[in-house]
Amino acid sequence: MLCQNCKEHTATVHLTEMSDGQRSETHLCQQCAQQQGLAIKTQIPLNELLGTLLSTQPESGEKKNSPAAEHPCPNCGMTLKRFSKESLLGCPHDYTEFEHELKPLIEQTQNGKDHHCGKVPSRIPKEDRQDAELIKLNRQLDVAVKNEDYETAARLRDQIKSCT
Amino acid sequence: MRPADLCQYPSSWFAGGTDILSEVVISSRIRLARNIAGYEFLSCLSPDRQQQLLDRIKETLLSLDLGGKVDYVDIDHASDIERSLFVERHLISQRHAKGTGPRGVVIAKDEAFTAMINEEDHLRIQVYAAGLQLHACWERINRIDDAIEQKLDYSFDIRRGYLTACPTNLGTGIRVSVMLHLPALKMTGQIEKFMQAARDCNLAVRGLFGEGTEAVGDFFQLSNQVTLGVSEKQIVDDFTERIVPKIIAYEAEARKTLLEKKPHALDDKIQRALGVLRSACLISSQEALFLLSNVRLGVNVGRVKDISLSTVNELFMLTQPAHLQLRAGKILNADQRDTLRAEIIRSRMNRN
Repeated sequence: MLCQNCKEHTATVHLTEMSDGQRSETHLCQQCAQQQGLAIKTQIPLNELLGTLLSTQPESGEKKNSPAAEHPCPNCGMTLKRFSKESLLGCPHDYTEFEHELKPLIEQTQNGKDHHCGKVPSRIPKEDRQDAELIKLNRQLDVAVKNEDYETAARLRDQIKSCT
Repeated sequence: MRPADLCQYPSSWFAGGTDILSEVVISSRIRLARNIAGYEFLSCLSPDRQQQLLDRIKETLLSLDLGGKVDYVDIDHASDIERSLFVERHLISQRHAKGTGPRGVVIAKDEAFTAMINEEDHLRIQVYAAGLQLHACWERINRIDDAIEQKLDYSFDIRRGYLTACPTNLGTGIRVSVMLHLPALKMTGQIEKFMQAARDCNLAVRGLFGEGTEAVGDFFQLSNQVTLGVSEKQIVDDFTERIVPKIIAYEAEARKTLLEKKPHALDDKIQRALGVLRSACLISSQEALFLLSNVRLGVNVGRVKDISLSTVNELFMLTQPAHLQLRAGKILNADQRDTLRAEIIRSRMNRN
């Protein structure tokens, strides 16, 4: 069904009005409905927002292949380019590493909010830096165990213990 | 837990009440997304470390008192049919079923609590209840979350809250949802009113199986989108006191209008559905969903007296494809499934 107003786009907004027992139906496309103030705050899908993530970087001259898009998180190797494709981050540290770029995305998907309000774990939350450190130590420990370097492994285990 | 035992019965939490609340609100669900400190999120976590994390979370969960017996199922090594059965029973997500790598699920005996390990986040716990019982869900899941947190450190940041793989879950990591049955709104062409109310409140409308599924028949899953800057309690209170009562009022009004102004059209729809369900020899799952939905409405408005709401609810669950195949004990093609589905429905509908 085509929009009654512009007769171009598919009608996606269907209105039924009853007045004096008379039933009237109106069928409009999204744009026309919005223009007439009938509709409708559309939720912007995350993948669309992600598409704009890279193009809005001011320093990125060549958009998707710019150095900013390729810059890897030192902790997990995630890049903004990969994130914009998969919509999943690589580690908690990404929130700090890409803070500036993620901010508008988070604000748009979270209704303008940027501060947590609600449950807090009873154990004192660790600093983000400490968590990144922990990931690094755990990775090194894996390598040490694989190489049967037990001296290093023991040292790393002590360090991990002192972190937690 | 043996999947073959499950396929004959609905989940024990899935029983229908008889008030207008449980007529419209089929079920309530709360899930929390959590990640364990010291590990990358799954997309950047090596398979070895995924396995290590899985073992660690699994051991922790099995050592806790989760209020009853629990089972662990290795999803990576489960059969396709078993995975589908778990999806049909809402025990795991489609994403978890279709995923790859070391992953599993802890399931409570009543099936109301499950914990998916290595889904999109390291840990996703959820609690289900019949009807509108979000406060009870929150109490139970909050207690479980507290217990887990005593043994495992979560990734948490005082400003951003619980850190999740996708920023759309950041903060509380909570997804509160209700499954709604809105046949009268659909019949009277007012479903857009409901959709708009949902959008205005920043809520997402989805299908029976959540994310990525279309709304089929008259069933809609309504859930919060915003997870940051609003407390868990606020979200639960909003649903319970503001949002859901409004939708129930819309649906109740639409039912009243139908009964008063178009009783014959309503009866026709209900009786035709009953006629087909009581006599058909082949029924697809789509058709069953639509017809059972009409019968459910008939039971709710008192136009069908010899079938109980729990029978209808049960049939929704037990006639799904994986349920049928596990019951038959073999892989069935579409024709065979439609035959068995029709057989089960006929026998249940004619017995009552």
